[in-house]
Amino acid sequence: MSGQTSSEYKYIGTRSIRPDGADKVTGRANYGADFFLPGMVHGKILRSPLAHAKILSIDVSAALAMPGVLSIATSEDLPDMNAGTESAGEGEVDFYDFSCNVLAREKVLYHGQAVAAVAATSEAIARSALDKIVVDYEELTPVLDLLGAQKSDSPLLHKNQTTEGPKGKGKTPSNIAKQMMLARGNVDEGFSEADVVVEKTFISPIVHQGYIEPHACVVRTNESNQIDVWCSSQGHFMVRSFMARLLAMDVSNIKVTPLEIGGGFGGKTVIYLEPVAAILSRKAGRPVKMVMDREEVFRATGPGSSSIVKVKVGAKSDGRIVAMEADITLNAGAFKGSPMMPSMMCVFTPYTCPNMKVTGKDVVTNTPKVAAYRAPGAPQSHLAAECVVNEIAKRLNIDPIDLRLLNAVDEGSPTIYGPKFKAIGLKAALTEARSHPHYASALSDNQGRGVACGFWFNVGLQSSATINITESGKAVVITGNPDIGGSRASMALMAAESLGIPLDQIKPIIGDTESVGYNDVTGGSRTTFASGGAVIKAAENLIQDLKRRAAKLMDIDVELVQWIDGQAVAPADLDKKPLSLARLARKAGATGGPLTATATQTARGAGPSFAVNIIDVEVDKETGSVDVKRVTVLQDAGKAIHPSYVEGQMQGGAVQGIGWALNEEFVYNEKGVMENPGFLDYRIPLASDLPMIDTVIIEVPNPGHPYGVRGVGEAPICPPMAAVTSAVNDAIGCGADFQLTELPLSPVKVLDAAEKLMG
Amino acid sequence: MDSLQYFAPTTLQEAVQLLETNSGCRIMAGGTDLIVQMHIGTASPPAIVDIKKIPELNKLQLSDSDLLLGPAVSGASITEQADIAAIYPGLVEAIDLIGSTQVQGRCSVGGNLCNASPAADTVPSLIVNNAVCEIHGASGVREVAAESFNLGPGKNCLSEGEILSLIRLPKPVPGSADAYLRFIPRTEMDIAVVGAAVSVTIGGDGVCSAARVAIGAVAPTALLVPEAAKALVGTDLNDQALENAGAAASQAASPISDKRGTAEYRIKVVGVLTRRAAAIAKQRALQN
Repeated sequence: MSGQTSSEYKYIGTRSIRPDGADKVTGRANYGADFFLPGMVHGKILRSPLAHAKILSIDVSAALAMPGVLSIATSEDLPDMNAGTESAGEGEVDFYDFSCNVLAREKVLYHGQAVAAVAATSEAIARSALDKIVVDYEELTPVLDLLGAQKSDSPLLHKNQTTEGPKGKGKTPSNIAKQMMLARGNVDEGFSEADVVVEKTFISPIVHQGYIEPHACVVRTNESNQIDVWCSSQGHFMVRSFMARLLAMDVSNIKVTPLEIGGGFGGKTVIYLEPVAAILSRKAGRPVKMVMDREEVFRATGPGSSSIVKVKVGAKSDGRIVAMEADITLNAGAFKGSPMMPSMMCVFTPYTCPNMKVTGKDVVTNTPKVAAYRAPGAPQSHLAAECVVNEIAKRLNIDPIDLRLLNAVDEGSPTIYGPKFKAIGLKAALTEARSHPHYASALSDNQGRGVACGFWFNVGLQSSATINITESGKAVVITGNPDIGGSRASMALMAAESLGIPLDQIKPIIGDTESVGYNDVTGGSRTTFASGGAVIKAAENLIQDLKRRAAKLMDIDVELVQWIDGQAVAPADLDKKPLSLARLARKAGATGGPLTATATQTARGAGPSFAVNIIDVEVDKETGSVDVKRVTVLQDAGKAIHPSYVEGQMQGGAVQGIGWALNEEFVYNEKGVMENPGFLDYRIPLASDLPMIDTVIIEVPNPGHPYGVRGVGEAPICPPMAAVTSAVNDAIGCGADFQLTELPLSPVKVLDAAEKLMG
Repeated sequence: MDSLQYFAPTTLQEAVQLLETNSGCRIMAGGTDLIVQMHIGTASPPAIVDIKKIPELNKLQLSDSDLLLGPAVSGASITEQADIAAIYPGLVEAIDLIGSTQVQGRCSVGGNLCNASPAADTVPSLIVNNAVCEIHGASGVREVAAESFNLGPGKNCLSEGEILSLIRLPKPVPGSADAYLRFIPRTEMDIAVVGAAVSVTIGGDGVCSAARVAIGAVAPTALLVPEAAKALVGTDLNDQALENAGAAASQAASPISDKRGTAEYRIKVVGVLTRRAAAIAKQRALQN
């Protein structure tokens, strides 16, 4: 099934060369830090040396007096903001908090938080000017522990924050920002019917997306209050709207030109530097460039939430799951807004179980404000749910895939959050996994195997696309989402298929915020689905126009014209020569002017995606070292527009999930200072750490997309943590009582658990 | 702005003079530690003396009696020589574990020693191979055994104005071999959580006549562990002897707990690695 070209399609499903590939592999492509303007100066950020403190005063006078220093920014330069959440981007945003995260006001809430910024004629001058800024702090006790933060005697991060719950706001201030519950059926009744019940708590640390490209931007302001921004992000329209809101400007005064993006995984759906650079530029009268270094990325950009997830599952002896309960606590970092809701919504979604109850807590601590990280919140809750389901399978002596097949959702199954599923591929993926040679292969001594499944919704949101036909008849396809995972290639393939013209006749480009209609952020695995859908609609609009023009040239009725393989074709009996796109382009002047078509949509019907993993590991019981031996990833892609990039997403998600399970974590000291802010000691997996990851693309078309596309970017990170954790527990001989429940499964922890089991 | 002076002398004498006249300057071979330290701000020397252009510090000469290893010789130029790997397999393994392919093209054994990291991969191997360090200074030349070269984390025995000029490894007698193992939480590009080097000499009677054991990342400097060697000498290197050597290594270790591992973990694993390295050295020695 993997990678085959469906006979009904000519272009989609092929493994075409990516249009942006040559420039990227030769170093010619311009990423965030590659952009320069004449007269440009350099901005640097002064960051908090403390994890929790009141800012008593900031004295910038000595820094400002230094030769070469052109401007300084503090939060006093940012407009006042009202607290309160509002809908923006992919979710809800509190712009007061956002503004404080860009430049601290009143308090610093994590080590590394931006406090002030300097623009100077060189980076070196800007750096030494930072040392001349005098900030007077009143140090407060940092709140670092997710459990301790919830206690009534814990120091508070925000004196005005009370807990928002289903019944409104609480009365006393708390570090618990929000508490929610989802339920269906009656879990108490469910558990009373169960023959076996397993309850266990799983813990995961703060982790970083680990994108290779640090945040970077160049911002230029002018005397007419216009701002130009060049930056890499997961959405230049997002950058524009967030900047406008934080600077109290109209979006039309800000133009954002996207540069190539070197990874984001959700972490670039927010901004940090751009508003600061705008202030510095406005004050200095010069364009300002700001580039983070790796340490700043680790200390001060949004990581993924740490988590404490307790899951309880009850099943009948035949394997039917009758009750599922979860209590999910996610770390929001310094400001409210962890992905608690999606975490709650995803945790048990693969299962039909009639009785479910899921509670969630959003807790603030003195760590960086979290940002989206690939299926935000879902890997953490799946870790617990899937491990507990595996324990149930072991206790009932039922194969874990069979157990899942018995309980898996399918078309028509309800979800805990409301809608019923249309066609989905979970059962197909589980069935393929069951019969995969990997699953039948034998394990050696000290090896273990884990399976897990995972779910992510995927979203639609707003997209626009324009197709301009050149005088020579080629199609320039303009979309407005940065190409983060091969979207130029997939847009070109969908345009080629829709227009019926060869791929080399199509040039896919990313338009800036003023040359293409609005596009929501590149997130929620929406781009191929929603922006691709806009391209297909634009192509359909263009074809309508081409048919009208062909009818005029052929002098026949427009209803008689068909568009076949890139040309306008009249019925055979009329004896009219077909008109190719190139010919129609040359005649455009005579048939109504240049050929162009636009389409926009608020895409509905994003098809959810399910992924299944089989992972084998080998444990060295004398050192606790875990060697990942074999990984098979199966996922429903709906229709794989470009199979190589679908496989790349599946492999990438698996790699990040495996790293999260085994090695990655923010290590904090008791002062709240991260001790491993670099890739030496923040260990994302190396190529040599992992085997080739085998992929199986399942194609159950999404009825909500013309070609059946589902988002594929996020589901693949949902199962690996549970699959690896189950495999390691299996390898050390835990049987049906997993001992290793706290990530990462570092050698120290694995050795400790292995020794305890050996007695 | 702070300025930085850069010197690239072409003779050892010139280098020694520069060290004398530039207080606080740093010697640079490959720069794979120094430049990183300067980049992150933990070193800011007023001057750098680059020794890569000094021919005698780039000497790499294997003879019937010894291996002469200039301190500026890059790791890659050692690992590519099969005749060196045949005699000092453990040392070459250790060099091959440092950094990446690119880093190995720059880094040097001399730099790895002088940087005085307790976790340096080549130092335990130098120690078990009885390496002697030749040091040049204004007042002349002196020699120091590898195990005495470093005094603590980041601190070596060089006085101001002194330079490591040569590392000399005597050629092992027939029936000898060494091995080095390190533990890291991934497969490469990392810093040892624990390291262990072992050299053994096995006589015609199958009995171990000499052994040296050195362990890394479990004390302020790489440690020679005579008790571990004692557990091997006089035995046929059976499982119990190897086990005893491991236990002696664990006993000798006095590690700290840090982000890379706990003290308790390091004590256990240094025993495991010592035992495993001894087994590898034994297999190799039986073939020599």
